[in-house]
Amino acid sequence: MRARWRSTLVILLAAAPALVVLVGLVGAWVAPASDALQHQWRYLLPDASRNTIILVLSVAVAAGVLGTALAALVALCDFPGRAFFSWALLLPLSIPGYVLAAVFAGSLDYSSPLYSWLREQWGWQWPSIRSLGGASFVLTLTLFPYVYLIARVAFESAAERYLEAAALLGRTRLQAAREVLLPLAIPAILASSALVAMETLADFGVVAALNVDTLTTALYRAWYGMFSLVTAQQIAGFLVLMALLLLLFEHRARSVLRMRESAGVSLFRERLHGWRALLATLLTSLILGVSFAWPVAHLLSWASTHWAADLDARYWGYVLRSIALAGIGAVLVVSISTLLAYARRDDSSWVGRSLTPLATAGYAIPGTVLAVGLYAPLASAAPWLQGTLIILFVAYIARFLAVGHAPIAAGLARLPTALDEAAVLLGSGPLQRWRQIHWPLLKGSMAAAFVLSFVDLMKELPITLLTRPFGFETLAIRVFELTSEGEWERAAVPALALVLAGLWPLKWLAGRMSHAT
Amino acid sequence: MQARASNRLLSYALAALLLWVGIGLPTAQASEPVVVYSARNEQLIKPLFDRFTAETGIPVRFTTADAAVLIERLAAEGKNSPADMLMTVDAGELWNAANRGLLRPTRSKTLDANIPATLRDPGNRWVGLSQRARTIVYHPDRVDPRKLGTYEDLADPAWRGRLCLRSSKKVYNQSLVAMMIKTRGEAATEATIRGWVANLAAPPFANDNQVMEAIAAGQCDVGIVNTYYLGRLLQKQPNFPVKVFWANQRGDGTHVNVSGAGITRHARNPAGAQKLLEWLSAGDAQRLFAGSNMEYPVNPTVEIDPLVRSWGSFTPSRINVVEAGRRQAAAVRLMDRAGWR
Repeated sequence: MRARWRSTLVILLAAAPALVVLVGLVGAWVAPASDALQHQWRYLLPDASRNTIILVLSVAVAAGVLGTALAALVALCDFPGRAFFSWALLLPLSIPGYVLAAVFAGSLDYSSPLYSWLREQWGWQWPSIRSLGGASFVLTLTLFPYVYLIARVAFESAAERYLEAAALLGRTRLQAAREVLLPLAIPAILASSALVAMETLADFGVVAALNVDTLTTALYRAWYGMFSLVTAQQIAGFLVLMALLLLLFEHRARSVLRMRESAGVSLFRERLHGWRALLATLLTSLILGVSFAWPVAHLLSWASTHWAADLDARYWGYVLRSIALAGIGAVLVVSISTLLAYARRDDSSWVGRSLTPLATAGYAIPGTVLAVGLYAPLASAAPWLQGTLIILFVAYIARFLAVGHAPIAAGLARLPTALDEAAVLLGSGPLQRWRQIHWPLLKGSMAAAFVLSFVDLMKELPITLLTRPFGFETLAIRVFELTSEGEWERAAVPALALVLAGLWPLKWLAGRMSHAT
Repeated sequence: MQARASNRLLSYALAALLLWVGIGLPTAQASEPVVVYSARNEQLIKPLFDRFTAETGIPVRFTTADAAVLIERLAAEGKNSPADMLMTVDAGELWNAANRGLLRPTRSKTLDANIPATLRDPGNRWVGLSQRARTIVYHPDRVDPRKLGTYEDLADPAWRGRLCLRSSKKVYNQSLVAMMIKTRGEAATEATIRGWVANLAAPPFANDNQVMEAIAAGQCDVGIVNTYYLGRLLQKQPNFPVKVFWANQRGDGTHVNVSGAGITRHARNPAGAQKLLEWLSAGDAQRLFAGSNMEYPVNPTVEIDPLVRSWGSFTPSRINVVEAGRRQAAAVRLMDRAGWR
């Protein structure tokens, strides 16, 4: 009983930063209806809601399928380049979505050299990238690595003996993977697709760069254009509701398909030969090429004329600050996510059930709204917090807890409670249980949580921008400074530095992860 | 063993970073600094602030973000705000900040003398520091400039399928439409905007560069942009095939917005802030403020950048830019009704 109470407290503390913001959003709904909202209902919100729903569903499904297929390929098969792809497929995460959108708009739109040439030479025409379909394409390319990483950890921690049993029953390896491993990985796939859906809900950068009207663009129109923050908060309230529905759906789907299985011996990878190996390498290269190599090449061509003028000693500072903020932030996010996941496991009361999704709902709130929604009450309640990094980290937790929680909760769901019960019977204490049983089985998921939140935090802009101390610049802020007046070619320099700075930690962590699993 | 060593190395590195992040916080300064919240980006303001500090000994601390966010920050911080000055790239945001009581009036003969009355707040709470002209651009091979005249003319069916516009989400278009409402009224302006939307050759673009690139590539023939974007394109490609046409020269003049600043209500160093404002409104500072981004100085005695001068002189709108803020919300509604995305 006391343990349960303690768990509830942990959940409440973990959820506190997000709750501050959510209370503000509820407050906006209590305020008298603004006529800005009525105006938007009439002219904007019907189309914006429709676009948002189409975008969220299409990106979640596309990223879910792509990420799962790549995860299965890398986890279960061996083919030329597998070791490289296993970490390189995370690279698209290191490019901020709005930069990727600008690159695709710049390289595929009507006025781009490529399109102009194809049009003049061959009379080719294709639909504009500046459309709902284009936004869905760009978001899928930048978000599929979430699913890829989380699903891969799930596949890799699945037991080889299930595949062997399936083989004894006369299944081919592929059938076995589909019939046995896929169901085991379902919680991870659903959780990561939900993460993708929430990030899409909150996205402003990509849809603004491609001029697609969604709920977030309606939100900024009310705030920046009509000076009505209340209306913006009311729309943010819709986004949170949609996110909660998504989480509810994910939770239902997961409990219907609930499978708790022990992790076990490491997986034996099937070596692909001949055309199958070639196909695996080619397809993976193609995806990595479109989502990473092509945009980076484009950024390089933009940067080529400006790097000499822009790249100087200040960049060491930008890089170090970016890595420091993202590193500390990711450690915080992962620790609190782990506590939250364990507390939720022990506390199945209505408090635990309802607070956990609220704690992670911040991921569906556009960053600027969340930053202001947290900064305003904290700065007026405790002025001494102004200009410290405390508000910044609290806001990081409010926004990014979902990124840490999704892989860890999915990992924890695969651990049978029977393991704990057996250990308790054998007289082991909680610390010993954690060190000897949980940590070895969970460290893959925790590493995944760290990688994802680290890379997300490297790119983070609105919170850092608002809450940083004076003169504190990071790479993401440098990109913003240059793009805010459309200087894309100069912005390519810090954008590339952001990719490079994220590269080394990604590779290093990926190496550790493959040891872990 | 090696893994352990690398772990230790990593924790040392992390500790050093933490220390360094802490040390990186601003240290005490001799003279009381002026603190600026700026929506004008770092590379455009830092060189000026550095120069101001060198000349006057007054240090300037600043942070940048979107104006709407900085305004919420000022409002939340209230009396405890460290900010002495709010700087934006648009008159609408300054109007909004003044309207919310976040700025204080400043009486200054220097500012009155240096800045035309239409480019500062009638209540003296903010001033424009550079002008941003938003006018018509065209492709010289496909458009005879004698056929061009006013913004409103672009609603004529003769331009069907030939016009490119930026998204109505950008404040520059919201200000333009707000000023049109002020001069012509809502009904006439709405008819114009509907005409523009009907004439679009492509869905609205995310920025002014894309509008001009579409004109150059033949997707459309005319567009409406802020001239400094063209200046930047011309610096890179001197033969970029897009020309400036000064709109509404026979009538109410070409639309201008300002990048400007005001002193905050709870400023701790209002005297220093006023000094900075006055310094920015004159001489070399004024030339740099506008010139570094190829905008137009507000101070008529200051020399204009040669490339910018090559577009010829023009008559700007004679209406006070404060109207852009006052009517911005109405402009947004109107653009929604007319279907300008």
